Amino acid sequence: MTGILDVVYAEYNYWIYVALMMIGFYAMIAKKNLIKKVIGANIFQTAIFLFYVSLADITGGTAPILPHVHGGEHVEHAADVIYTNPVPHCLILTAIVVSVSTTAVALALIIRIYNEYGSLDEDVILAARKSLQPEFSEYARQKSVDEVSRQ
Amino acid sequence: MTGFDLIATHLPVLTVVIPLIAGFLTPIVGWIDRRLPWYWVMLATLVILLITLSNLATVINSGTIHYKLGGWNPPFGIEYVIDLLNGFVCLIIAFIGFMVAIYSKESVKKEVPGKTTQFYTVFLLLITGLMGMTITGDIFNFYVFLEISSLTAYALIAMGDRGDGVVASFNYLIMGTVAASFILLGIGYLYAVTGTLNMADMHNLLPDIYENKVVLAALAFFMAGFSIKVGLFPLHAWLPDAYTHAPSTASALIAGLMTKVGVYAMIRFMFGVFTPAFVIDVNMTEILTWAAALAIIVGSVLAIAQSDIKRMLAYSSISQIGYILLGFGLVNVIGITGGLLHIMNHAFMKCALFLVAGAVFYKTDIRNIYQFQGLGKKMPITTTVFLIAALSMIGVPGTVGFTSKWYLALGSIEADQWIFVAVILVSSLLNIVYFWRIFDNIWFGHPHEIENIKRDEAPLTMLIPMVILAILCVFFGFFSGAPIEHIFEPLATTLLGLGGVP
Repeated sequence: MTGILDVVYAEYNYWIYVALMMIGFYAMIAKKNLIKKVIGANIFQTAIFLFYVSLADITGGTAPILPHVHGGEHVEHAADVIYTNPVPHCLILTAIVVSVSTTAVALALIIRIYNEYGSLDEDVILAARKSLQPEFSEYARQKSVDEVSRQ
Repeated sequence: MTGFDLIATHLPVLTVVIPLIAGFLTPIVGWIDRRLPWYWVMLATLVILLITLSNLATVINSGTIHYKLGGWNPPFGIEYVIDLLNGFVCLIIAFIGFMVAIYSKESVKKEVPGKTTQFYTVFLLLITGLMGMTITGDIFNFYVFLEISSLTAYALIAMGDRGDGVVASFNYLIMGTVAASFILLGIGYLYAVTGTLNMADMHNLLPDIYENKVVLAALAFFMAGFSIKVGLFPLHAWLPDAYTHAPSTASALIAGLMTKVGVYAMIRFMFGVFTPAFVIDVNMTEILTWAAALAIIVGSVLAIAQSDIKRMLAYSSISQIGYILLGFGLVNVIGITGGLLHIMNHAFMKCALFLVAGAVFYKTDIRNIYQFQGLGKKMPITTTVFLIAALSMIGVPGTVGFTSKWYLALGSIEADQWIFVAVILVSSLLNIVYFWRIFDNIWFGHPHEIENIKRDEAPLTMLIPMVILAILCVFFGFFSGAPIEHIFEPLATTLLGLGGVP
């Protein structure tokens, strides 16, 4: 008999990653503040890193470094020792670099948005854009046609 | 046995390495003389174009090219694979890149003043990212290139309209990050179940474990991620703003290429990593066709409501992406042929239309189509290019748009999906509606305005690429038989045959 708690506990690292990912995703979509959106994106990406790293782990595994490399005995040892998988770590190192550059670009954009609109709130920015650039509606078209015929 | 032989074996990787290195050298070139970057970018893109041509020729003559980076064997090392499909997509990227590079000179000087060097640096890096996405045979390498192309696209869009461009870029960044994260997760799932990152290897290993729910989840993540990247209808929200507010040159490049490469990647993952049989089995293709049909109609309807020409073209892009995906969703040879044809045709047409919008903006500062009156007399060549590309978009016989729509309609009939034939026809009518408004204003605009308009054509560097693209639109409209027979149909057959569909 395994209760639901046992199921959760057996793979708690994956549950944590899912929970973190959803928190990040929620922040990206629902938060109005642009900085909070970027923080949400970071949480989202960190959750994925956690997933990759916990994927790599093997119970009882050690760091994948060959013992006695200079001695020449490593061939015998290599078979007995359990190593964790190094590939996901390398992949995630790359993904971390990508995440850092995305954050950098996002923050640079936010600085320019703030200079332009004086706010980081999505609604305020939207309102400011609407007032600056009225959409060319049918009304505006009629107006431009009228202007031409008046000339 | 000279230097050329030495280079010849490395031609596949040079399509990625040349724009990368040239991109990082651009600031130095610009520091020597501010006018030089334009020549530099033209040179770089021309070299890439020649290399991709030679690669494609090699593929046609002697089959798929496998290039092992650093000499490591495929399942462990990164492998670049060029087959007919991505050789052809690479050629389109290089060609459109070259055309836009020629065009960019005056337009960039006007729209991105004082930042031309930076613009060209990012321009070349974007081409690097797109080339890498297309050419790579390694799934994680693909993700890295996807992020390179996305980050550069954010930067290019942010250089556009003051304020609006930055906000559009930020929205795209948030959406793009979600998409890329989904794709990264999908890659992680597939790695967890197969233990490999090589696409071909995965393709061989996956069929044994299709009952595994993890594989299904991976497919779902990939499809959701790519749907955001290509701007498939319900997930298109970032696209109109990004296309509208980017500098004209960047709009043409991004509209012509970004979504095409996204579609290519979708196809590669659907048919090259998973198998067509599996994708059909889990009803993914059916979902795709219906979403595509919805995108076709809604994109066209929304395009009618726009008055900014670039925004209108952006919505029209959404509907055209629908056509391409509809072809692939039908999963029969004729439909896929139509979809592949439309990748090429749409790249030509949409690029030409965005270049025209940019040329008009360069000369007159006007983007509102209701102020286009008399433009036919002022800029006759530019507007003629617009006419040809727009007719092609509508699908008038004799232009490229007709051929691909014809194949898509035939494919729908073969799949017994008559509703999609109706969708294609209705959308063509809607296309006429939104393009007719512009024709009407350009040629039949207000009479007393027209009399005192002088001829004032766009500069030659802008005209040449536009005219070449327009000529290609008509040329492939009349002579599409040979390429279809030799490239597209065999390609469609192999794509479907890869997974052994009965």
